[in-house]
Amino acid sequence: MLNRIVANIQDIGHRVIDSVWRLGNASRFFILVLLKSGTCLRRFSLVIRELYYTGVLSLIIIIVSGLFVGMVLGLQGYETLQKYGSESAVGTLVALSLVRELGPVVSALLFASRAGSAITAEIGLMKATEQLSAMGMMAVDPIARVVAPRFWAGVISMPLLAAMFSVMGVFGGYLVTVVFIGVDAGSFWSQMQGAVDFRFDIINGFIKSCFFGVAITAIAVYEGYDAPPTAEGVSGATTRTVVTSSLVILGLDFILTAFMFRGIS
Amino acid sequence: MQRTTMDLWVGLFVLVGIGALMILSLKVGNLNAYSMAQTYTITGNFENIGGLKVRAPVKSSGVVVGRVSNIQFSTKTYDAVVTMNMDSRYQFPKDTFASILTAGLLGEQYIGLSVGGDERMLAEGDNIMKTNSAMVLEEMIGRFLFDKAAEEEAF
Repeated sequence: MLNRIVANIQDIGHRVIDSVWRLGNASRFFILVLLKSGTCLRRFSLVIRELYYTGVLSLIIIIVSGLFVGMVLGLQGYETLQKYGSESAVGTLVALSLVRELGPVVSALLFASRAGSAITAEIGLMKATEQLSAMGMMAVDPIARVVAPRFWAGVISMPLLAAMFSVMGVFGGYLVTVVFIGVDAGSFWSQMQGAVDFRFDIINGFIKSCFFGVAITAIAVYEGYDAPPTAEGVSGATTRTVVTSSLVILGLDFILTAFMFRGIS
Repeated sequence: MQRTTMDLWVGLFVLVGIGALMILSLKVGNLNAYSMAQTYTITGNFENIGGLKVRAPVKSSGVVVGRVSNIQFSTKTYDAVVTMNMDSRYQFPKDTFASILTAGLLGEQYIGLSVGGDERMLAEGDNIMKTNSAMVLEEMIGRFLFDKAAEEEAF
């Protein structure tokens, strides 16, 4: 009986130590990537190649979902606001919720599942087929040559994608409420412009998406680099990337929101 | 894929992204309306500011002419000291009347300026002498009931 209890406690301890170990490894890897990113920032064509795969190819899903999220927000917002006779405030509702929260968060979730998983699978497979070791043999640092360009491409493209998501969302809201339902276009735009502040809303949303970009790509490249070199290991790492980065995005979003919008009505 | 095509796509991607940021700040956020190039600060003492918040607009005839930059409680006069950043394109006479008003029935509160007739203008650091507090619903109902009771006693 006592042995069983001790074994259970040992199990808990083992798990805690293991996760702390992993976190420490991930932080060291993150710092290593930052230190070794000099090469790819000088040879910027490496980053441009990755920007194409992470940024440009994510455009379709970001634009389409931004449009639909904005349209749904407009429709639902209109349904509720018209009960109080203030349907012209629907522009404010759509713009504020997109710029502050939905734009950065939803585009980051999409980015994690579209680009983050691809980065992990690619690096994991490179490791499994010993391409990374081969690079090391040829005195090419795989972190500087493979990991760092992917990291920077993700960091650069995330804020841009979030901004496009917000713009498409506002356009979708405009389309549904002004063009289809017939809310007055002037009050739609003017109420929106009166309520959205450049510093407090747009800059804060931008800062949020930068944080998300760093978090997603850091998790994705670490999971890929750390994946066990088997087919099973790569698939597990890809799943972990999506799950971990989604949770990190939501948690980080709460913390950032608490810091940014505290005391601001 | 050809190197130049990829460069083209990435270039387009970055340009569209920056364009989206510009649209957000100019069309959605209306950046240019907020950037008051030159401002001067004036203060006003209010007995009760109600729900006035920092960044609330200061309006005259419905036009935004400034913003509330700071709200503090003064232990000298035991009332609220509201600091306002005013656009220096707009000058107001010294006897301007400042009152805390509400936009709509449930809307945000703002400071409304009614222009006086003095020939001297408010300058940096001046204090608005004539102020009118925010309406507090309980006080209004209380006063109404009190007046009603006084009326009935008179009969």
